[in-house]
Amino acid sequence: MGFFTDTSVCIGCKACEVACKEWNQLEGNPPKFTADSFDNTGQLDAQNWRHVQFIEQVPDNNGVVMTPTPIAGGQAWLMMSDVCKHCKNASCMEVCPTNALMRTEFDTVYLQKDVCNGCRNCISACPYGVIGFNEQQGVAQKCTLCYDRLQGGLQPACAKACPTESIKFGYIDDLHKVADDRLANLQRQGYAKAQLYGRDDTVYGGLNAFFLLMDKPEVYKLPNAANATLPTRNNLPGYVGGVATAVVGLIAGLLAFRNGRMNANNNSTNAH
Amino acid sequence: MPGAEHFAAPPEWQWWILGYFFFGGISGGSYALGTLLRLAGDARDRSASQVAYIVSFIALLPCPIFLVADLGQPIRFFHMLIDTSPGGGLAFKPDSPMSLGSWALLFFGLFSFVSFLGALGERGTVGALGPIARAIQGLPATLWAVVGTVFGLFICGYTGVLLAVSNQPVWSDAGWVLGGMFLASALSGAAALLLLFARSRRHVEADTTDRLQTADRYFIILEAILIALFLVSVAIAGTITKVLGVWIVLWIVVLLGLAAPFLAGRARAWPPVAAPLLALLGVLALRALVIFSAQT
Repeated sequence: MGFFTDTSVCIGCKACEVACKEWNQLEGNPPKFTADSFDNTGQLDAQNWRHVQFIEQVPDNNGVVMTPTPIAGGQAWLMMSDVCKHCKNASCMEVCPTNALMRTEFDTVYLQKDVCNGCRNCISACPYGVIGFNEQQGVAQKCTLCYDRLQGGLQPACAKACPTESIKFGYIDDLHKVADDRLANLQRQGYAKAQLYGRDDTVYGGLNAFFLLMDKPEVYKLPNAANATLPTRNNLPGYVGGVATAVVGLIAGLLAFRNGRMNANNNSTNAH
Repeated sequence: MPGAEHFAAPPEWQWWILGYFFFGGISGGSYALGTLLRLAGDARDRSASQVAYIVSFIALLPCPIFLVADLGQPIRFFHMLIDTSPGGGLAFKPDSPMSLGSWALLFFGLFSFVSFLGALGERGTVGALGPIARAIQGLPATLWAVVGTVFGLFICGYTGVLLAVSNQPVWSDAGWVLGGMFLASALSGAAALLLLFARSRRHVEADTTDRLQTADRYFIILEAILIALFLVSVAIAGTITKVLGVWIVLWIVVLLGLAAPFLAGRARAWPPVAAPLLALLGVLALRALVIFSAQT
């Protein structure tokens, strides 16, 4: 099961944010002025499991009227309801030392609050900045894809609340078909930059929460396929580098201690 | 070549982790030096080796305290070793450096503790420990020290791998070099600390001190090479600006720490403890700038 978030029809109403907080009893962070368009939550974190991004790309035309206007089609003001991607190859699961992060029967990634000890290793690993640390509870938190609702046969709160059906929930194979059709439709209309993100396995083996984007992934703070790398890629080179250094260091130490001892012995022999 | 893109949130690893990285490195490095002195030296190096094992255990003591204090749920520290999720068992994940490090710290603690008792027994500091010291001599003692050294060196270096196995800027960009850099830095820091003790205690022989100085210089050269490789790695990834700026202050301390053991020989006016102290400060500064710069 998963999400397909079609950003081309997101209107930035934040109903998903509110529904998520209501259902999951998230208090939310104290309000603040982010000076970032209509964004007042800032990022995904322990209190924001859905976050609506507002990306302003209003071009400076210097008074020249452009036809068609770039504002048409939502290309000047991009909005996206961001969420945990429930990656098929999840960085957070790789590094979690306590097995607090687990794969559910719905193929989603779930963080067990009673197992997490708040080491925050998952936060350092998540390439999307999804996971946050709850200071009050001392544990990491993130979207559960409404695991409790799924168990009760309900769809996640955000998908239920989305008025434009930008957030669609269902079986991944079904969502792939919907996404493919929508992309083809947009491309027929001339939206050359429209693309699917996480639909195939080029990004973390495929995302169970994937997106239709109206611009490059980087614009939405999503790493492109070249940069979507797993933390464990550094395991082998890291340990090999460490072992090589240890060997060189040990040899250097042995040389220093042995040479010095031999010199000392020679000196004492000469003195006699 | 396009630079790496990072959108990860910082884990907010701060002072506790810096303290652990520093003391863990000193502990593992001291243990390794203690073993090297036993393997390559002779009876005259025995005293310095004992000091190294004692320093190793004392430096290790605050490490679990720092690590537990850094947890959001300190009382669940044992979740690092025991899997409390459905299914249970041991929480051992070879892909997770934090998991491996937790186990390594447990085992290294055992090796360091026994070697500490042995060293105290050999020195006659605690008379009751004499039998322990006599029991762990010869081949068993050598084997014990060698295996303990493997764990000690792992403690020195895995912290760098732990940072690298992430999606953080700087850390993941220098994935292959961080472990080695921390290990070399730990060895030079341990040598500096032993020199500090050697110069304030008469029972470490003068020629042992000279050899420690030589070893320290070798370790510093190794560390300097790895620091250069680290900077090249982050420059290629396009994240070098993160370790510059205000962090230049810490780089100056790192450079002073690297240069001090070489300069001290020429500057006769320096107090004997100045160079080791600067070297230790450099070890601390290197870890501080790697930990903090990536998270800002």
